[in-house]
Amino acid sequence: MTVTIALSCVAVLLALAALAPAMRGSPAATPIVYSVALVASVVSTLAALGHLVGASAPASVTLPLGLPWLGAHFRVDALSAFFLFVVGLGAGAASLFALGYGRHEQAPMRVLPFYSAFLAGMNLVVLADDAFTFLVSWEFMSLSSWALVMAHHRERDNAHAGYVYLVMASFGTLALLLAFGLLAGADGGYAFAQIRAEAHAPALAGLVLMLVLVGAGSKAGLLPLHVWLPLAHPAAPSHVSALMSGVMTKVAVYGFVRIVFDLLGEPAWWWSMVVLALGGITAVMGVLYALMQHDLKRLLAYHTVENIGIIFIGLGLALAFKAHGMAFAAALALSAGLLHVFNHSVFKGLLFFGAGAVLTATGERDMEHLGGLIHRMPQTAFVFLVGCAAISALPPLNGFVSEWLTFQAILLSPQLPSWGLKFLVPAVGALLALSAALAAACFVKAFGVTFLGRARTTAAERAQETDRFSLAAMFFFAALCLVAGILPGAFIDALAPVAQSLVGGRMPVQSGVEWLSIVPIAESRSSYNGLLVFLFMVVSGTLAAFAIHRLASDKLRRAPAWDCGYPDASPATQYTADSFAQPIRRVFGTVVFRARERVEMPPPGDMRPARLTVEVHDLIWDALYAPIAGWVAFAADRLNKLQFLTVRQFLSLVFAALVILLLVLAIWQ
Amino acid sequence: MITDLAVQGAQMLLVLLFAPLLTGLVRKVKAQLLRRQGPPVLQPYRELARLMRKEVVLAENASWLFRVNPYLIFAATWVAASLVPTFGTGLMFSWSADLIAIIALLGSARFFLALAGLDVGTSFGGIGSSREVMIASLAEPAMLMIVFTLALVVGSTQLSTMAGVLLSSEVGLRVSLGLALISLIMVAIAENARIPVDNPATHLELTMVHEAMVLEYSGRHLALIELSASLKLLLYISLIACLFAPWGLARPGAEPVALAIGIASYAGKLAVGALLLAFFETAIAKMRVFRVPEFLGAALMLGLLATLLLFVSKSL
Repeated sequence: MTVTIALSCVAVLLALAALAPAMRGSPAATPIVYSVALVASVVSTLAALGHLVGASAPASVTLPLGLPWLGAHFRVDALSAFFLFVVGLGAGAASLFALGYGRHEQAPMRVLPFYSAFLAGMNLVVLADDAFTFLVSWEFMSLSSWALVMAHHRERDNAHAGYVYLVMASFGTLALLLAFGLLAGADGGYAFAQIRAEAHAPALAGLVLMLVLVGAGSKAGLLPLHVWLPLAHPAAPSHVSALMSGVMTKVAVYGFVRIVFDLLGEPAWWWSMVVLALGGITAVMGVLYALMQHDLKRLLAYHTVENIGIIFIGLGLALAFKAHGMAFAAALALSAGLLHVFNHSVFKGLLFFGAGAVLTATGERDMEHLGGLIHRMPQTAFVFLVGCAAISALPPLNGFVSEWLTFQAILLSPQLPSWGLKFLVPAVGALLALSAALAAACFVKAFGVTFLGRARTTAAERAQETDRFSLAAMFFFAALCLVAGILPGAFIDALAPVAQSLVGGRMPVQSGVEWLSIVPIAESRSSYNGLLVFLFMVVSGTLAAFAIHRLASDKLRRAPAWDCGYPDASPATQYTADSFAQPIRRVFGTVVFRARERVEMPPPGDMRPARLTVEVHDLIWDALYAPIAGWVAFAADRLNKLQFLTVRQFLSLVFAALVILLLVLAIWQ
Repeated sequence: MITDLAVQGAQMLLVLLFAPLLTGLVRKVKAQLLRRQGPPVLQPYRELARLMRKEVVLAENASWLFRVNPYLIFAATWVAASLVPTFGTGLMFSWSADLIAIIALLGSARFFLALAGLDVGTSFGGIGSSREVMIASLAEPAMLMIVFTLALVVGSTQLSTMAGVLLSSEVGLRVSLGLALISLIMVAIAENARIPVDNPATHLELTMVHEAMVLEYSGRHLALIELSASLKLLLYISLIACLFAPWGLARPGAEPVALAIGIASYAGKLAVGALLLAFFETAIAKMRVFRVPEFLGAALMLGLLATLLLFVSKSL
């Protein structure tokens, strides 16, 4: 049932993508496309939710498409249903947002067809049940999103972003192709059911894990394969940025979970160490990169890297527990990771919508040119603040719940017998704590510089509140941040079938716990009640306000700012994004980014202004990508000669290639 | 049920009432150590009452967030402070947040305070906020490492359970607990903006962090911020007392006598904490802002070391 509904929604989206160009020039094209996409997404979200909550049995369908001897297999089980839900929710909200935001699009035909194709692609990846369908859908998703990145192709840097994205996406798909090739074996059993049934040799399984980490990890943004993400995500229109950052990275996480937890069989003990180390480093480096940015959308994109790290920490812990037969702890860690998948898709969507609203209102993405928007756009400011607090893992919002669960899973890990893990897990815990604290710092900066203070430019001064559709989408996500934060038990229970099917255990049922608390292990061990914390805060805050206003004083007078007696009229004297990050740059950046500050002080009598120059290096780019790009350029230069051969030389070249290939084949046999 | 509720309510009022007294006591002892007479111990109450009665002078550019923030900060800090066991364990709502959640609540308060520093758009507010988040970015992970250490020893992150287990004789003296205590004291000093990290008594422009953020606040808003700062100091002393000196804590469902003993011993612990803090602050000089990362980095490393020890062996 669910699989039929989901596939019909995909068919609608594909038809929409095909029909959209026919509506060229019509002003109705934008609303029609986004409303149909909205309806299709809502339908598939509800179907997926029904499947998940009803804990229905897996259902599959085989369509006579694709390879003639294989067909296209589609299947919805608990894991697919969960990700289908995440994809549908993000897509629905993005479509709602775009009903308003999309009106400002200069060239809608560069966005509309690819938008619905992109949605269809993401849904198909999650539904696919054989390697061929999976890879085709994956590539479909990559290419349609690439087209969306290139929608504003005349803007500076966007072409570069699209190029890097295309290279990285092809590289990632290649790795996945090899992974599936190894899994399917020489007989070519490409259906997931066949792969699942087969036992894989340990060395081969380890190799597949590495390939999946490269393939899915590059799409998700694991270090050091994250480089395309902060370039490509901000380049797309904002609702697409929200989808790419909030949802497409989650589809990549789905690919990882599907292959490593489901298809690959029992994990070896060392797998988790690789995943945990990568997750921990990704989390901290992602947020440190984010702190150095002053482009709002790029900052958000780097934060996606951080959150992917947090998700992979949860997944790595789940692998560690699963490898050592601790099903219950594995269920806790996996639920924590998957809950963060959902949470991140919600608040990252919200934040990108907010950035889009700011972009529409001011035409600026650079925080150094904004400021004071809370006065001009109070509603956007409010929801953006909710998103900032949620992503900074502050109670009582949802980001805190999943990080809290991850910490609880870390606290279970001393029971692991492996010595490597005994040293690695506490270090990863410290990295997770560090990234959470740095995330709060980063969002104080993002919100404070963009929305608070005084306007730094006239564009920011003249900003107008955004439209109703955009606000509706943002308020919906903000409400979801609160609901998932104060009633996390329902979400944890909904994830139980996923954990049951992947690690063979589940967390205790939360819905029966008194006062709607969550108790991951036992009440004497740890519990958290977001609802009560929220109510206590509301009651004590209101009580204090009421008592003080009634009993003491409620008088208020406006006056110029005090600022120790020396207020400066120029908004340039405010703290900027760069100066705000300066202490953290000094503490962490000197090592991580080789950040150097140089002060040029002109001698007395010289009228030139003093200058402070900051130099920040991206060491990963310098050490890994720049040399590779250098080699490719070098090889291309040399091979360029081949373009200018005579016909005779070409023919002898072809002949030599043929002989060598035949020789290789002869030796192989 | 009713008694439980009354005990929980008593705890909430108790922390609120004791907090200014604690601040007054620290100030008095510090003054005496410097051979000054110092303001009376009850002076903070008078200051709070005066501030609350005064009108608020709000900067022209201040937004709604600036006006809401003091209440948010106060609410988060108060809720956090009422969830730490002070005179008794097993309070009615103690399970609604464990130690990690309490720290995160303080993190919420700090988040909004740092935003308040940026709201008016002055350079002082900005300098305070940016330094505060730098300090927090090191103090918070150190704090979580301490929580990990304690949770691994006790097998719980629930403060009531933790205090109960630490009170029993089964834990004993351990290297990891010692490291955690040192680390916790360092974090507490940084979190409460005390010397050597920050100076609560100064308005010298380049040395201050906390005071710079709240520079634009006045009247009832300032009163709430000051009260929250006192509550936070009280919270940290209560936390150290409940984890490392849990003697005298009343058990759940205790007799009134036990409760009275609990309250008396709690007052005693607060007084000792105030004395030690005052001694420490008088004996040490304030450090440069960019020395603070080394100080807190040491706290983080101590916490990590303690956790690692426990991962390696349960008995260390």
